[in-house]
Amino acid sequence: MNEKIDITLTINGRDYPIRVEARKTLVDAIRDDCGQTGTHIGCEHGICGTCTIILDDDAVRACLMFAVQAHGRKIRTVEGLASGDALHPLQRAFITHHGLQCGFCTPGFLMLAANALEQNPDIEDDELLDILSSNLCRCTGYQNIIKAVRAAAIEMREARAAE
Amino acid sequence: MTQGPYPTPPPARARNVLGHPVTRLEDLPLVTGRGRYAGDINFPHQLHMRIVRSAHAHGRIVSIDTAGASALPGVAAVWTNADIADLSPIDFRADKSSEALKPFRQPALARGRVRYIGDPVAAVFAEDPYLAEDAAELVQVEIEELPVVLSASDPPGEFEGGRSGEAALLRHSYGDIEAALRAAHTIIELDLATGRHSGVPLETRGAIGRYDAARDILELHGAAKIPHRNRETLCRMLGRSPAALHVHESHVGGGFGIRGEIYPEDVLVLLAALRLRRPVKWVEDRREHLMCANHSRQQRHLARIAVDRDGRILGIEDEIFHDQGAYIRTHGVNVPNRTMCMLTGAYRVPAYRALAHVRLTNKTPAATYRAPGRFESTFVRGRLMDAVADRLGLDRIEVRRRNLIAASEMPYTIAFDEPGVEELELDSGDYAALLDKALAAFGWQDLQQDLKRRRAAGESVGAGIAIFLEESGRGPTDNAKIAVDGSGAVELVTGGASLGQGFETAMAQICAETLGVDYQRVRVIHGQTDLIDHGIGAHAARATVLTGGAVHVTAAMVREKALEFAAELLQATPAELDIAGGVVTRRDRKDGPSISLAEIAKRVAPGSKLLRGRTPQLAAHGWYNTDHTVFPYGVHLATVRIDRDTGQVAVERFMVAYDVGRAVNPLLIEGQLVGGCVQGLGGALTEEFRYDASGEPLAVTFADYLMPTLRETPDVAVLLTEDAPSPHHPLGLKGAGEGGINGVGGAIAGAIDDALGMPGAVTQLPMSPQRVKELLRQVGSPHEA
Repeated sequence: MNEKIDITLTINGRDYPIRVEARKTLVDAIRDDCGQTGTHIGCEHGICGTCTIILDDDAVRACLMFAVQAHGRKIRTVEGLASGDALHPLQRAFITHHGLQCGFCTPGFLMLAANALEQNPDIEDDELLDILSSNLCRCTGYQNIIKAVRAAAIEMREARAAE
Repeated sequence: MTQGPYPTPPPARARNVLGHPVTRLEDLPLVTGRGRYAGDINFPHQLHMRIVRSAHAHGRIVSIDTAGASALPGVAAVWTNADIADLSPIDFRADKSSEALKPFRQPALARGRVRYIGDPVAAVFAEDPYLAEDAAELVQVEIEELPVVLSASDPPGEFEGGRSGEAALLRHSYGDIEAALRAAHTIIELDLATGRHSGVPLETRGAIGRYDAARDILELHGAAKIPHRNRETLCRMLGRSPAALHVHESHVGGGFGIRGEIYPEDVLVLLAALRLRRPVKWVEDRREHLMCANHSRQQRHLARIAVDRDGRILGIEDEIFHDQGAYIRTHGVNVPNRTMCMLTGAYRVPAYRALAHVRLTNKTPAATYRAPGRFESTFVRGRLMDAVADRLGLDRIEVRRRNLIAASEMPYTIAFDEPGVEELELDSGDYAALLDKALAAFGWQDLQQDLKRRRAAGESVGAGIAIFLEESGRGPTDNAKIAVDGSGAVELVTGGASLGQGFETAMAQICAETLGVDYQRVRVIHGQTDLIDHGIGAHAARATVLTGGAVHVTAAMVREKALEFAAELLQATPAELDIAGGVVTRRDRKDGPSISLAEIAKRVAPGSKLLRGRTPQLAAHGWYNTDHTVFPYGVHLATVRIDRDTGQVAVERFMVAYDVGRAVNPLLIEGQLVGGCVQGLGGALTEEFRYDASGEPLAVTFADYLMPTLRETPDVAVLLTEDAPSPHHPLGLKGAGEGGINGVGGAIAGAIDDALGMPGAVTQLPMSPQRVKELLRQVGSPHEA
């Protein structure tokens, strides 16, 4: 159980060669072995969605996977959402619409919403609400999170149309 | 010493930044993953702590075998109570101290007995958190089971050595209740209960202890809420001077009253850091959090109300059974006291008598959660008022309106007979005006017709109301330090705390408005005991009011100093000058001669000739003192729809109407009110810490403890008013942290009654689908209130 395995996690385009026990969760490896602490841990049983990351093309809960299962796959975390100093439209919208208070659930919501809008930029509102209801927030009452995601979706659609 | 009454402060439109909905200073690191929460803090060579917890709700510890755990490679130490026998139990805050309650304090590790499932029994310190968990599982604890007490309305058990489990019997009363009962046209008695639930922040607790032997300083990282007060308690417990123990707050993932109190784990990491001479990190897992962090709210009320024929209140009497859980933690008996103190709310109640039994049970210890005692008492008061309306055949709103304390009666004092019970001096408010505004904004009249129509069509829909008072800004004092540097940047050091509520932005706005700078130039420091000696922290909606008062006072001192020197440099008098955007100009000639605060800061640097004996630096350290609590107030309105097949209650609409005196930042206040409201909906409908007959907790994951998701959350409308600025605050401020949650239980209860067509049906919270179904089964039989 305590034997360590060599793997490489690819996070936001950078390779992290690490040695972990097979039982180490992906979220612990991202945080403790790769130093990317923007991904938070809220329940470790797959309900709160605080640890949501994008693995290849899917939003997943990093507490429900072992690090070894992510070897060789592409991981995106909140640290990779902005392009340099230019914030992602979702990040800007969360600030403008006061979509965060303590900020602990925010990275999970950002990655969840970013993935939903990437998968389907023209996503119907009802489906968006369904997806966003898979994560928990204890501060905002969700109202401003929805406002922010809707605003960012519109902005991203308009930017795409202008291209 | 206190000042005031203060003149009515100007509205936001006459201000530059105070009162404006500006975006937060806090947000950039938080949306980019650069925040630093307790779990993100690491020190080289650190150990990880894991707590071995009781698996029995009540029992005598026969033996604890730590040999297997200690033998595991990588385990540095395993402690039981025998290893910390000299450490006092977790102490009360200084202002909550009471000799009579001391026997009920919790030891950091159980001594002789375990009293709830989750009670810390042993602590393991290891090189790696996974290893620490492995080792903890090897600790063998033998327990001889004892009978459990699981309800505060059952006869109290024995705590130990013949000491009763009724830790305290508290009283609040005034007026002649016997005479009120004799004179009553109608007396209504209700048996009501609020369920056990809690704040449950998304970030679990965390604590990192570090001993810097080179400087002989012990540090606690991951602190929150009340760093300075906690330092006092920790110094007392660990025998250190305040200069040798520092408490550091970083980002905090939600507080809600439960985080930031001193718990066993905080003391253990400090003691271990001292003894093992390595940093010690502890991060709670969710299961531990749900079993060990403070629970709250669970009370049973046997309440009576006496009214005249018109529904005017003659008196209220209440016997409260407060389920304290296994120990009395840092707040002492604050929650039952606040419950009794605030039970009469916004109503004129000529006679009042409340009695609270504070009883220990074999469940997780309970303490404060957002709007402590108010969520509970507003539910009770609302149930009483609805029952009066029903019994006398009056409109629910009309009964309430008849009993509201009038604006002309302000300030309105409620003084209790019991010595030492603080009186309430309601400072300002026009409760009826807010009620009218809320009803109009919600469209209450039309709504009643609409609901009637829908009920006739077979839907189970109804509306409910709650009216409440909040309390905030209790003194006595707080302070702030402000310094402007040679670049024009402003550093504001406070003893406040930030739990995610936007404290930094609010303080920066107050500082910026008073001083005359851009709020984004203000860097706000909080929660660092090594940077400022005193601080009130962030609790009981104090931060904005009290610390905000201190920031205002201090910024005014810096402003005065800046104007004094600017006057000399610009050959004017201070009264002729103004500061805006960090630049001093003449009031009558904004484009005339000017000097920036940055330049003034350079000109008054130590050694400057300009000083001529005056104190250098563009800086000040100011204090704000007050003897007064300020009382904001609110109205909650809700409509619900009940699915008769499943018993599920869907909240269709909710309005929070709230008078905040003066808003520092309406964007942040609305965020507080909506967020609080949704937490309240959880407590009213789904969240409950239930136990089985052996004391086994049944809600230990988020699959059992059901917090609202976006799908259960209605669009919450906010009506924020500023009709009654506090005359006791220089900026007219009142607190906003708890106004969103206070009345939710009361309003939802009334709405469910209305939807079921069963007045008085709701007697307990939460109204889970099971309980609603139970009520639906009774619909066939006529209901007796």
